[in-house]
Amino acid sequence: MLLDEPLIFERGSPGRMGWMLPAAPASIELPRELRREDDLVGMPEVSELEVVRHFVRLSQWNYSAATTLYPLGSCTMKYNPVVHEALVRLPGFSALHPLVPDELAQGALDLLAQLEEALRAVSGLDAVCLQPAAGAHGELLGMLLVRAYHRDRSDARRRRVLIPSSAHGTNAATSTLAGYEVREVPVDQRGLLSARAVAAVMDDSVAALMVTNPNTLGLFEEEIEAVAALVHERGGLVYMDGANQNAILGVARAGDMGVDIVHFNLHKTFSTPHGGGGPGAGPVAVRAALGAYLPIPRLVRRGAQLAWSEDAPKSIGRLHAFDGNFGVLVRAVAYILRLGGPGLTEATRHAVLNANYVRARLRGTYHLPYETPSLHECVFSDRDLQEHGVHTVDVAKRLLDYGFYAPTIYFPLVVKGALMIEPTETETKETLDAFVDALLRIAEEARTQPTLVREAPHRTRLARLDETRAARRPVLRWRPPPRETAEIS
Amino acid sequence: MSGYSPHTPADVEAMLGTIGAASIDDLFARVPASLRARAALSLGPGLSEPELRQQLEALAARNTGALTPAVFLGAGAYAHWIPAVVDQILLRSEFATAYTPYQPEVSQGTLQAMFEFQTFSALLLGLDVANASMYDGASATAEAVLMARRVLPGRRTVWLSRALHPHYRATVATYVSGLGDLELRELPFAADGRTDLASLQTLGGDALCVVLGYPNVFGVLDDVAGAARLARAAGALTITATAEPLALAWARSPGASGADIAVAEGQSFGLPVSYGGPGVGLFAARETHIRSMPGRIVGETVDTQGRRGYVLTLATREQHIRRERATSNICTNQGLCALAVTVYLSLLGRHGLRRLAEVNAAAAHDAAARLAAAGVSRLLAGPFFNEFVVRAPEGVASWEALAADGVVVGFPLRRWYPELDEALLICVTERHGAEDVDRLVDALAPAKARTRAVRG
Amino acid sequence: MMEFPEDLRYTKAHEWLRRKGTEAVIGITDFAQDALGDVVFVELPAVGTQLTQGQTFGVVESNKTVSDLFAPVSGRVLAVNQVLRDEPERVNEDPYGAGWMIRVAPSRSEEIETLLDAAAYRAFVASEQKT
Repeated sequence: MLLDEPLIFERGSPGRMGWMLPAAPASIELPRELRREDDLVGMPEVSELEVVRHFVRLSQWNYSAATTLYPLGSCTMKYNPVVHEALVRLPGFSALHPLVPDELAQGALDLLAQLEEALRAVSGLDAVCLQPAAGAHGELLGMLLVRAYHRDRSDARRRRVLIPSSAHGTNAATSTLAGYEVREVPVDQRGLLSARAVAAVMDDSVAALMVTNPNTLGLFEEEIEAVAALVHERGGLVYMDGANQNAILGVARAGDMGVDIVHFNLHKTFSTPHGGGGPGAGPVAVRAALGAYLPIPRLVRRGAQLAWSEDAPKSIGRLHAFDGNFGVLVRAVAYILRLGGPGLTEATRHAVLNANYVRARLRGTYHLPYETPSLHECVFSDRDLQEHGVHTVDVAKRLLDYGFYAPTIYFPLVVKGALMIEPTETETKETLDAFVDALLRIAEEARTQPTLVREAPHRTRLARLDETRAARRPVLRWRPPPRETAEIS
Repeated sequence: MSGYSPHTPADVEAMLGTIGAASIDDLFARVPASLRARAALSLGPGLSEPELRQQLEALAARNTGALTPAVFLGAGAYAHWIPAVVDQILLRSEFATAYTPYQPEVSQGTLQAMFEFQTFSALLLGLDVANASMYDGASATAEAVLMARRVLPGRRTVWLSRALHPHYRATVATYVSGLGDLELRELPFAADGRTDLASLQTLGGDALCVVLGYPNVFGVLDDVAGAARLARAAGALTITATAEPLALAWARSPGASGADIAVAEGQSFGLPVSYGGPGVGLFAARETHIRSMPGRIVGETVDTQGRRGYVLTLATREQHIRRERATSNICTNQGLCALAVTVYLSLLGRHGLRRLAEVNAAAAHDAAARLAAAGVSRLLAGPFFNEFVVRAPEGVASWEALAADGVVVGFPLRRWYPELDEALLICVTERHGAEDVDRLVDALAPAKARTRAVRG
Repeated sequence: MMEFPEDLRYTKAHEWLRRKGTEAVIGITDFAQDALGDVVFVELPAVGTQLTQGQTFGVVESNKTVSDLFAPVSGRVLAVNQVLRDEPERVNEDPYGAGWMIRVAPSRSEEIETLLDAAAYRAFVASEQKT
């Protein structure tokens, strides 16, 4: 039973207070032109219980990874260990101000050093920066490193970045932000980036190749070593989008593939909670030749002490007010320590086992556009449902009725009507069976009662929402009732 | 098993049977053997939960700075009391372990909370519309400059106040460095710590935007209205960046002061300082510029039965659709941190927020007065909120030594401003009691001056 | 059934052009609006803008996609359809009428002759749909 709940601004009563401190001993008056102009009209006037009830009710309207299987491809929605929440709240971490003298923050610096070391080990690369707050932030850092590298070598010819057609949209957006033109390289019939396709477009104008490995079809880029060699031969760099590294821990390292720069998504691979869309963390690992350009401050060892250093004349600068999403980094360290090398390797092996199990059970019923063996996720399409007027979006909505979150849909773009499923390693065989059974039943429903599927979901608090209306007549905030605003103007 | 994988050997065998593979190794057959051979992880053996707790607790215990009673540091991160309700809500798995609300029918909790967050951002910053948050205040400032570039294409000059937090300035510089078409220029600050607006008198048609800290890095309230008048006269935009948003419950809002884009770091509202992150960027603008805004945006709509609900909207601005022509490369927001801000502001509400701001202003002004009485005077005399700059007296022990002694007497500004060699930036909030301020005065005041103050 | 009026000229980028004396009215075709789905926003150039044939003159957005608008002919923009700012749905409802986008003064009238006629465009659309 899901209860209704208005906006917090629509609750309460004038004069009511939630959480109160004693009044100030003295009132400090600002000159009129600097004083707050509206006495905060519109801000809620609610009790503490009203606030608690409000947000508890809201929370009950969400599916989450703790509620059910959340098979969003490319997002790695694995179990987020609860113990990490206790650890990150230790006052030694949570109450530590970022500007205390380094001597008083040795535990934090030690933790960061451990994480840098672990990411070096996982990537097979030489230097790590923990500052980026998300994967896309890490990408931006990576492409600015590419820029700094070429500029430092006075190589002004490089104006282009190669990106496979299977790439995340953010790769293209990042390249533009870093000042590069994007050139798309088509994937071949296997769904892979071939050395031949790269050779055809690789020249001295290319600053870098951005490649996701495993790619967004869940396929390992088998020719990555040859591709990297080709790019290097013509003076370019290889950037790896590491969003899918949950598929290769202990199996393949970016550095060994010939990659020069890779970003991690700690919220994916190292299991920090996704938070409804953040905070994440997107650390970057690079080859030694690029270390000089990493952002400041850099973590350095001075005798027995760790310290921050801003002495990096070639650094690209700074991407964040302080040193990254420390709270997220703490959780990732906890995860790495808890699992260790054997546990992380097993996580990868079982993630790949689970995805292949789902793939094996669904193929034959759903169209599998690429037959190439896949790793941690599998991508189907709605091709065989269309004759019943049922599309990918309908399958996704109907899955909600069966108590599962939906896969990533309509991505990657190289598959028309894509359903991208990433079950992760923490799901049991029973859960996977129930999920697959639901998808098989939906395929059956598409044949026998297509309207039921097209009008889904039926069991959720709200039915399908009108996205067109939202975009045509944007209502992006609540507004105070007009009468009250009139009083203050 | 040290991990969280649930499979028994029987499960694995059954699944491999369905797949038609002899072993898990076979599933990796397409990964070149040369790579597999080198990839063994040289990490620890794994720990039990109690062992993990012990290791992390030991690390936390070495952060003595967190346990020091009297820390007067602000400068971009602010320790306020956090109501217990905030953390209780953040720990709800339904919020913490969901992702970007791609399926709105089962994500209404996150979506409604983000719609409320946008409303709070717009109300507080005094502007029409806001997004569902950015990474932090510094990156939000950089995104604001990039947004100005979309609103006014062709204009090149970005005027950054030197009194804008140096980390924010550095982040702006990094973000625009790849584009190569913007020029950053600096507005100096005057003797009272406010930004010197003289250069804005002669702004040309080349001016893109003026960016001010509000309050600025010295805790001083800049003349945003004055800057905005001059910027507007030249057709340029005004951007404010607020690191301590509690100030805006007390001081005139950026929008009412004439800002076109206003951003803030939301950490003060319900998030711990957490060694600098995660924070959350608030981002608000005028309605006319909505399609140039970066970031996720939630909008109101109805379902097929006509019931009110919320969805992600205006998505065509974003990277997954517009790719290389997106307004930003950002993919998500800082969801859970934005939720913390939403819960915090709901709880404090109109009256609590106002009172908390007054308590902060009073506490800081009282501490400044006591320091002045003890002979430690303010160096920059502009109007301030809960942070101010004093001249560190001669003969006082070093900052590090005082810190090791248990009182971190503010932040030595010489690290960021060589010209402010003796300056200390001191932040006083509702968390500091009278005894804490005693320790501050004791640490800083020359003995003679202190004696005089006590006697007289 | 999609409509492609006989009195219009067309481009392979799915714009149409209607001659009105010395002026030309431009919009997107029935095929284009159907392929885009619900149009939610149309961005048009300022009046007075000089366009070159083939150049991007605006953007049309639906919920899921963004599409550039390409000038069928060179010329100066005389008027833009202001109604679309608040009612973008007109593009879906009436692509050749109320959903028009810009009116231009063509500077090279011979360019109009290079555009497809209705039959040729219909054949082009048919070939597109096959792939």
